[in-house]
Amino acid sequence: MAKQFLSLKNINKRYVGVQALVSVDFEVAKGEIHCLVGENGSGKSTLIKVISGVVQPDNGAVIEVDGERFQDYQAIDAIHKGIEVIYQDLSLFPNLTVAENIALSETIAKGSKFINWKETRQIAKRAMGKIKADLPLDELVSDISLADQQLVAICRALTHDVRLVIMDEPTTALTRKEVDALFVVVKDLQAKGISIMFVSHKLDEVLEIAKNISILRDGDKIGTFAVQDMDNEKLILAMTGKKLDHVRFAGKYQGKEILFDVQNLSKVGNFKDINFQLHPGEILGITGLLGSGRTELAHALFGLNPADSGEIFLQEKVVTIRDVQDAIKLGISYVPENRLVQGLVMPQSVGKNTVITILKKLLNGLGLISREKMTKSIDQWVESLAIKVPSVDSPVQTLSGGNQQRVVLAKWIATEPKILILDGPTVGVDVAAKDAIHNIVRNLAAQGVGIIVISDELPEVFHNCNRVIVMHKGRFTAEFDTAQTTEDDIRDFIGQIS
Amino acid sequence: MKKLFSSYEAFVLLAIVILSAIITSMNPNFLTLENFLDLLKSYSFVGILAIGVLIVLVSGGIDISFTATATIAMYVMAVVVNQYGGNMFIAFLIASVIGIILGMFNAIIVHFFKIHSIIATIATLNIYYGLLTVFSGGKWIYSLPTWFREFAQVRVFTLTNSTGGQYGLSIITVIWFAFLGLVWVLLRYTIIGRGVYALGGNSVSAERVGFNILRLQLFVYGFMGWIAGIAGVVLTLLVQSVAPNSIVGKELDVLAAVILGGASLMGGVGTLSGTILGVILIATMNNGMTLMRIPAFWYDVFIGLIIVISVSTSAYQNKKKQSKTIAIEVE
Repeated sequence: MAKQFLSLKNINKRYVGVQALVSVDFEVAKGEIHCLVGENGSGKSTLIKVISGVVQPDNGAVIEVDGERFQDYQAIDAIHKGIEVIYQDLSLFPNLTVAENIALSETIAKGSKFINWKETRQIAKRAMGKIKADLPLDELVSDISLADQQLVAICRALTHDVRLVIMDEPTTALTRKEVDALFVVVKDLQAKGISIMFVSHKLDEVLEIAKNISILRDGDKIGTFAVQDMDNEKLILAMTGKKLDHVRFAGKYQGKEILFDVQNLSKVGNFKDINFQLHPGEILGITGLLGSGRTELAHALFGLNPADSGEIFLQEKVVTIRDVQDAIKLGISYVPENRLVQGLVMPQSVGKNTVITILKKLLNGLGLISREKMTKSIDQWVESLAIKVPSVDSPVQTLSGGNQQRVVLAKWIATEPKILILDGPTVGVDVAAKDAIHNIVRNLAAQGVGIIVISDELPEVFHNCNRVIVMHKGRFTAEFDTAQTTEDDIRDFIGQIS
Repeated sequence: MKKLFSSYEAFVLLAIVILSAIITSMNPNFLTLENFLDLLKSYSFVGILAIGVLIVLVSGGIDISFTATATIAMYVMAVVVNQYGGNMFIAFLIASVIGIILGMFNAIIVHFFKIHSIIATIATLNIYYGLLTVFSGGKWIYSLPTWFREFAQVRVFTLTNSTGGQYGLSIITVIWFAFLGLVWVLLRYTIIGRGVYALGGNSVSAERVGFNILRLQLFVYGFMGWIAGIAGVVLTLLVQSVAPNSIVGKELDVLAAVILGGASLMGGVGTLSGTILGVILIATMNNGMTLMRIPAFWYDVFIGLIIVISVSTSAYQNKKKQSKTIAIEVE
């Protein structure tokens, strides 16, 4: 089988108490785009680590790379065989220039003691040439966009004689347009005979780019399938073992009562002439590309980035939102896009994070926090949102993405908001957790909360919202009633304006 | 092409120029070559230490223990050369070995026990300083070999001022400059120097691209220790005595100079040119206040104010830069 670049057989990996991989067989052909999917904790990262030689499998494994069989396969073997991993966090140095980021590992690999800046630029240029990228060599990586940072990471991988590139969740932070550009690069690499292993939560992207798809569930490989034999539902079924129905949100908000009315809201350099109304129990979707002003608008409504002009009415009364305190007093809650940065105190416990927004409600007669009230409140929220934790005292940073997102939701739902703004509520969350979060949101709407969901995942807003508004260059450009339109109509419209 | 100074460094330079202008207008003695060369000599000690602190800060760590390291190095050096004789080379060698060992001990604690360097080095500061006090009994050393006294007087060139006094470029300043040159090459042109920046920028990635983190840490703290040892000898040359308690407590002055020069406590950011400017700014202020006869207590107040202003300026610039990147083109 000379056409296989990588061939793994009988890979077992047991950590204390967990069987991360159960006799997995896995093959990647030369010049193939092979996708690996699975829920959080299904063993994807362990498998990547085995392939990159960072983790050694248990006895009995057979590892063959490019026709050579390895007894004791180490990271250095993987590097020599041309296997490169592009981690989800990209592993770049924000304080160094683009050129140096690209060339550094190559310079180290060559065993040089000194750095030649001219050569550094040449290495970087050569790597950029391979994918026809045009990056500013002398800019600091912290100053370029995330999509460009992604390209820097790819270029770095290409400085070596690379045969297999493993991309771990490469599209999580990219807009659709940037994803398209990335796919062009990926196909270009494939055309050069380089194998690509693409690991992603985004199933539509997997279906678009893959030739073969391997599915892991609880450390078991369910199988490898040709892409033409798969679709979204089959993938989800294989990944979760459950059938998740994409039931359209059909919640009907009662009557004509207007909860929230925004008129002519504008902010220079952010958004202009924003008008919309929100009813109790309604879920309103706002979509648009990154940089369309959607997040800025959400920040304005929550007082993080107050608007310059325009009026906001809450239950038919004019209100001003100058800062976050104003918004919270009015019953507006906001779950930010970047839950890691804005949403949670990572080293603190799940419990403390959950009640941080309602501390005032937990005071006892002396004005101190009542332990009893706090414990009761924490238990209630952890239970009602089904947050999976070994203990409410576990630090939030030890939870999976999906559970972290639930803690953020719990924290804001605890304030019993009238209006809940969710910005990218399921970014980086696996399918099952995504479904659970959507259900929580629907339940809240059923209780009469007005909800605004901001997301660039069209299926998310389409399936969960009553109405979808498309935002572009700081303006609302169109509004769709999801009951009377199809997902493709909206997609076509977005395609046209961008 | 790379700019000679970043905008922040230009700001520090401007502060130095304005300050010098004010001081000169009140005391013309300030802006003389003699005073300048004298300043360079007396600030060699702080200047040398600042180089080591810069490397530690860039690596993402911090070292508080270097004053204790310097004190032990100079004390042992003085005891040994008084007892057994020797020459300048041996004096520097003894101090270097002691400094490197104590510095590497810091690295080992930081690396293997994953203790934050500020905690680790506060601990070792106390250990080192405590041990020195126990074994020295706190006694000062006043007598030093003749060759040691003579070396301190060596000048690369000598000039005569209007009143007949001699002055010039001291060998001590040359030691400082030699280290500046060495570290400039090290940070800019060696893999290990770039590794220090990489480590401070993202330690996980540094490991992934193939740096040996333990070796980098040993280098960073070992170098700091070496520099502290050298600085200890330089201080002894300057004051011609060794006092076990003379510099412990001055750590923050050196840190202040480096931070004034633009190095970040978060790691990964800092330049040698900025550090030099930071030291010069502090030297100018201190000297200027003496020349203007302002009580020394004010010195601390001014240093504090300057740090607040400089740090908030760069923080504000960063914030402005960030808000610029999210601006959206509204039609």
